[in-house]
Amino acid sequence: MTQARNYPLGDPILEVSNISLRFGGVKAITDTSFKVLAHEIRAIIGPNGAGKSSLLNCINGVYKPQEGSIAFKGQVLDRISPNIVARKGISRTFQNLALFKRMSVLDNILVGRQLHMAANFLEVACQLPRARREERENRARCEEIVEFLEIGDIRHTPVAKLPYGLQKKVELGRALATEADVLLLDEPMAGMNVEEKREMCRFILKVNDEIGTTMVLIEHDMGVVMDISDNVVVLDYGKVIAEGPPAEVRSNQAVIDAYLGVAID
Amino acid sequence: MSDKPIFMTFARSDVTNFVVLMIVAFAVIPLTVGSDYWYTSILIPWLCLALAAIGQQIVMGYTGQLALGAAGFMAAGAFACFNLELRVPGLPFAGSLLLSGVIAAAFGVLFGLPSLRVRGIYLMVATLASQFFIIWMIDKFGWFKNYDTSGIITAQDIEIFGRPFTSPVEMYLVVAVVVIVLTIPAINLTRGAVGRSWMAVRDMDIAAESMGISLLRTKLLAFAISAFYCGVAGALFAFTYLKSLEPVAFDIKLSFEILFMVILGGLGTINGAFIGAAFILLFPVVLNSLGNTYFHGMIDATIMSAIEQVVFGALIILFLIYEPLGMSKLWTNLRQRMFSRKRAGDARALRKPAG
Repeated sequence: MTQARNYPLGDPILEVSNISLRFGGVKAITDTSFKVLAHEIRAIIGPNGAGKSSLLNCINGVYKPQEGSIAFKGQVLDRISPNIVARKGISRTFQNLALFKRMSVLDNILVGRQLHMAANFLEVACQLPRARREERENRARCEEIVEFLEIGDIRHTPVAKLPYGLQKKVELGRALATEADVLLLDEPMAGMNVEEKREMCRFILKVNDEIGTTMVLIEHDMGVVMDISDNVVVLDYGKVIAEGPPAEVRSNQAVIDAYLGVAID
Repeated sequence: MSDKPIFMTFARSDVTNFVVLMIVAFAVIPLTVGSDYWYTSILIPWLCLALAAIGQQIVMGYTGQLALGAAGFMAAGAFACFNLELRVPGLPFAGSLLLSGVIAAAFGVLFGLPSLRVRGIYLMVATLASQFFIIWMIDKFGWFKNYDTSGIITAQDIEIFGRPFTSPVEMYLVVAVVVIVLTIPAINLTRGAVGRSWMAVRDMDIAAESMGISLLRTKLLAFAISAFYCGVAGALFAFTYLKSLEPVAFDIKLSFEILFMVILGGLGTINGAFIGAAFILLFPVVLNSLGNTYFHGMIDATIMSAIEQVVFGALIILFLIYEPLGMSKLWTNLRQRMFSRKRAGDARALRKPAG
């Protein structure tokens, strides 16, 4: 990661400031702050229940934190719903696959293009020129993504019929289709074998390198985290216990105690 | 691939189907079917109910909102059409129909609001409000019935370009034209971007929202368009089939029948609406005539009709167990088998999901 990148790390694009999230009496996140730089690959690690997924859910508006604020491109995202966050340029995948099960692979990815389509229902119903043009152009765009992810042969298969690893790929494809500036990936490699993980890493790095997408990903596999991330945030009991480049975080005593157990070296 | 669109979003098989349909609907049927019974008791109600079933299909099959109250929206459309014909001189019948649909759509938005808060069986209970409220409103305020006290109002004659359409064949032609003209945009919607956002909301609403889809707009649009189709269907049903307007005709039983049409026909398919409507409407007729032919005089008539209902219910249960995807799927499989020997390519087009 030392050679020159097409998109060197820039200014902070996403700023999480002092957010706290409670469910009744349970504190999921307590006073957490960190900044994600533009074009960065940021990993969030920590033991189960540390609040990692909750944090992503706060960023894209699924949960509304009781305290603190989240700013995207310098603009505070204050209590707005996921669809508006998506339109501003933050997309995501989910921990336990949230695909549209009865729709085909291509249709799933096309839903990711929905926010680039402006034709209203009358235009679609009557197939007026704008609706037809948008349909054609966005289909072509999705075909490129299908091509990129090497899933062309299953493009018309309903996703429910696909094995888990492929479904994960489709979900990445759907998130890519939005052309968001920031992608939140909630355990994109969970449950995959080594081969599939390697492939997924390749896609993530390639997207980051070729179009400069900022990635915030939750991952348990420390090998993967070491390989692909620029910086790591470590959460434990809803608090940030360490932050920095992977090598630094790995040798941090607090991280070893809370999460890693024994040092890898 | 043969499912590549050759005209707008339509594949070659769609265009062939359409041409065949037009020939059957406007040449074969009017020329060969002579008996009024077929028009007034089978074809007209079938097409009207299929149109309402398309409405139910949009909200339930495509958007996944368990709504029960199609007959309420049909009543709204029927009485809207009656009042438009009565009070707006010079408005063509097509205009009345369209506006009836728009008025029903407004009710659809209103009664779709609970879908933003509740789902599943709770939404079903909440949407029952449309059923009861609309019927109550029509009964309560005499204006809607033009202060008629007899309870049954005769529908006005349909006039198009000054020419009355009153014979069964003529009424059938009116219904067929309206149903075909409205089915095409329904297919366009469900195959296009709008349909994808409906299905996305149906399959995983939180993910749909995270992809930039507004749940509020998507759900309310589905309710509005669904009620539009039900409203037009209700107006046609009253003006061509019942030839009268009475709120009782649009009771909850009809809402349930439309619900069953959609489930049996196949959720999330437009042709399922037509197949389901045909099944629900025709099956009792078939059972009845079978019963009369084979058991005439042997069994008491009242017992016979009870047996018919039991058989009907049992068949529905069996069907749902063995083909939960509905008759549309059965039809697709059948066609696939027929074509697969000769033309494997066409079969692939038919297999296209959710078509």
